[in-house]
Amino acid sequence: MHIFKHTDIDFLRWRWHAIAASWVIIIAGVITIATKGIPKGVEFAGGTVVIERFDRPVSVQQVREALDRNYPGGGQNTVVQSTGDPSANMVMIRVPQVGAESGASLSSEAQKVEDALNKGSLAAHHREGAEIVGATVGRELTSRGIWATVLSLFGILAYLAFRFQFSFGVGAVVATIHDLLITLAFLAFFRYDMSLNVIAAILTMTGYSTNDTIVIFDRIRENLRVMRRDSMNHIINVSVNQTLGRTVITSGTALLTALALFFFGGEVLHGFAFTMVVGIITGTYSSVFIAAAIVSLWRGDAPTRAAAHAHVMASAAPAPQQPQRKQKPQRKARAS
Amino acid sequence: MSNLRWKVVTILVVFVVFVSVGVYPLIAQRYNVHSPSWLVDKALKLGLDLKGGVHLVLRVQTEDALRLVTDQESERLREELKNKGITPAKIETPDPTHIRVEGVPPAQDATFRQVANEITSNFERGSGAGGAYTFTMRPNIQVNLKDEAVVQARQTIERRVNELGVTEPSIAQQGENGDQILVQLPGVTDVERAKEIIRSTGLLELKIVEQGPAPTKEALMTNGKVADGMEIVPGAAGGGGTADAGTVYYLVKKVAAVSGQDLRNARVSVDENNRPAVSFTLSNEGGRKFGKVSGENIGRQLAIILDGRVQSAPTLESRITTEGRITGSFTQEEVQNLSLILRSGALPATLTYLQERTIGPTLGADSIRSGVLASVVGLLLVVSFMLFYYRLSGVNAVVALIFNLVILLGLMAYVGAVMTLPGIAGFVLTMGIGVDSNVLIFERIKEELEAQRGVRASINAGFSRVFWTLFDTHIAALISCAFLFQFGTGPIRGFAVTLVIGLISNLFTAIFVSKTLFEVALANRHQVATLSI
Repeated sequence: MHIFKHTDIDFLRWRWHAIAASWVIIIAGVITIATKGIPKGVEFAGGTVVIERFDRPVSVQQVREALDRNYPGGGQNTVVQSTGDPSANMVMIRVPQVGAESGASLSSEAQKVEDALNKGSLAAHHREGAEIVGATVGRELTSRGIWATVLSLFGILAYLAFRFQFSFGVGAVVATIHDLLITLAFLAFFRYDMSLNVIAAILTMTGYSTNDTIVIFDRIRENLRVMRRDSMNHIINVSVNQTLGRTVITSGTALLTALALFFFGGEVLHGFAFTMVVGIITGTYSSVFIAAAIVSLWRGDAPTRAAAHAHVMASAAPAPQQPQRKQKPQRKARAS
Repeated sequence: MSNLRWKVVTILVVFVVFVSVGVYPLIAQRYNVHSPSWLVDKALKLGLDLKGGVHLVLRVQTEDALRLVTDQESERLREELKNKGITPAKIETPDPTHIRVEGVPPAQDATFRQVANEITSNFERGSGAGGAYTFTMRPNIQVNLKDEAVVQARQTIERRVNELGVTEPSIAQQGENGDQILVQLPGVTDVERAKEIIRSTGLLELKIVEQGPAPTKEALMTNGKVADGMEIVPGAAGGGGTADAGTVYYLVKKVAAVSGQDLRNARVSVDENNRPAVSFTLSNEGGRKFGKVSGENIGRQLAIILDGRVQSAPTLESRITTEGRITGSFTQEEVQNLSLILRSGALPATLTYLQERTIGPTLGADSIRSGVLASVVGLLLVVSFMLFYYRLSGVNAVVALIFNLVILLGLMAYVGAVMTLPGIAGFVLTMGIGVDSNVLIFERIKEELEAQRGVRASINAGFSRVFWTLFDTHIAALISCAFLFQFGTGPIRGFAVTLVIGLISNLFTAIFVSKTLFEVALANRHQVATLSI
């Protein structure tokens, strides 16, 4: 069975359209983030912890529902946990800090929680304690996380420059940055909270996007070796077409799982799954339309003779579409 | 043929090992099957969101951080004054924020003020009537130091309870003064041990022994006083650890030759008698300092002091730079804890426990149910697609996927990972992404088959050619993981660890397991004309 059989699409013809379309989304995203910001999840914001002791046993679910209905701004980001000895009927409630007000609002925040519980007609309760809590995600995590990601992109650039050519490294890294920005833009459009789960999804997505790109690059590298009289752009197009089937299938399987999580996973997994869905789609798109286009723009459409790096390790069978088998001469025979 | 048999045996052994580590304990716990404790202890634990855990509140004794700075500054002042030939009658630190100097000779008053100005930029100098000065730490410095101490304590605790980033704790600053730290730990089996690890100061100091060991403190004093710039540190007779063979005392320099800040790494090792010990490596800077001190003091004793107690005091036999070892009568668990504590750095202040309670899961049963349902649906979708699209070869891919899942669970359990709901979702996603490797190989085999190669040749060519594609994609991913682990913190590190595990397991299953399955399927057929793919 084949999804695509011998397609012959001129992908590079559409490169300027693709780049323009991506810029439109990225700029719109930047504007959204600049004007509205990215909403931050509970982990990044501090809040108040209130411990309530009920006279009769109540389920955590009941408390959650009461807060969902009655707590100002909704109970979406409140965390409810039973605590202590089960016979003590104690429940710990964590609500995020709202807006700019902070510090002295401890008792008023606790009061709001109690009001919401009262409206929920639960058992009688009294406050066991209340505390102001800081963010569970330190500022350090964000700054070092960004730094680590930037460095890892340099690492990938270096590796691909070594295993392929410098332009391939540039193509993959640009495509990955592109995916990052597009995903952030969509997160901003749809107002998803930036949480640890979303960050994990973003990191997964960047890895996935590079993965897809390398598969296509690998085929370009292979074709460079056997189609040495053809122009770079032709080779890129042939390679993207040859790998199109597997690009779509591999993305498809990943997308299937991400969609299942998005539709059936409930509130908790929404942000995570949404990020993955967007990331997988943009990652696939960028592998096909952006990464190869950048390679072609970076190194030009020069004749490819002697352009491919020697890769003795990658031996085995030649690509089936090119029957002639020439042993690769050493590179740099002639500068391109 | 026998080659193939070995491959099959290898795969079965791997499968059994990982099932027993990663999958069996989970099932045993779920259905209350009795099983050996060494298996259950290693089982994947459920996260705060799924099962809850313990909730600890600690107070950071921020005064300690102030006292440390005040002590250091007063020592520096003493040294500088000595260099200038001024010897006041008394330099002391009556409380964490004050330095008191008495008896500055009137003739040297101007020089004293000059020296004091240079040194104590953090302190306000009092009037100095009658040659007595009181230095008070500036209020803004106090606030900064206290804040720093709490932030540092929080980071240190995080490193201790979440070294690899996979244990999913929740740690936050708390309280109106912001000097409390809230630590929530999921699925801890040994709460006391966890509390002890969190609370240990973990301050390592290496100091040259001036005198001792002596049975009493008094034996080391001159005229009932400890010499200036020296201090007396207790230690166990016969060398540290828990053995209670009576206490002895050492007279050492107050200023440490090398301290925990110069530490680069610490790990479990054994001493020359094969007893558990902790080896440490100093940073280059620390190594330089230590090399100088040890070189100048050959033949003398070096006290290895941990949290104000001499663990051992070996005689320096040669110049030592970056490598050292802490020995004593430790148990294996003690050296494991100690090396973790040393690696995570010293706490800037002591901690006291204010609260300890158990907490229930943060997620409701509904949320958990839908999350698990979605994960199962996702997994089934991938499996169905592979079977539908690749037919019998799809079965091969699904078997590889099951292997992948089992190995992943086993390795995660081994590194002490904790399963959260997003973690489960991530697992499923890893499976969805993991079959990519199979897809790449299968598509290549199809291509080769189309080019009229035989079935066996096509399979061999497919695997060997795609190996290098997978090699490049996996190495690129491993490189980015290395950076994320090295420079990230907490969950970012955890992400990198999980991904590395996934990558290794995927390479093994997609290439080795899958290829072997093809070989087994074709082994008894001499003429293979078709392949269901």
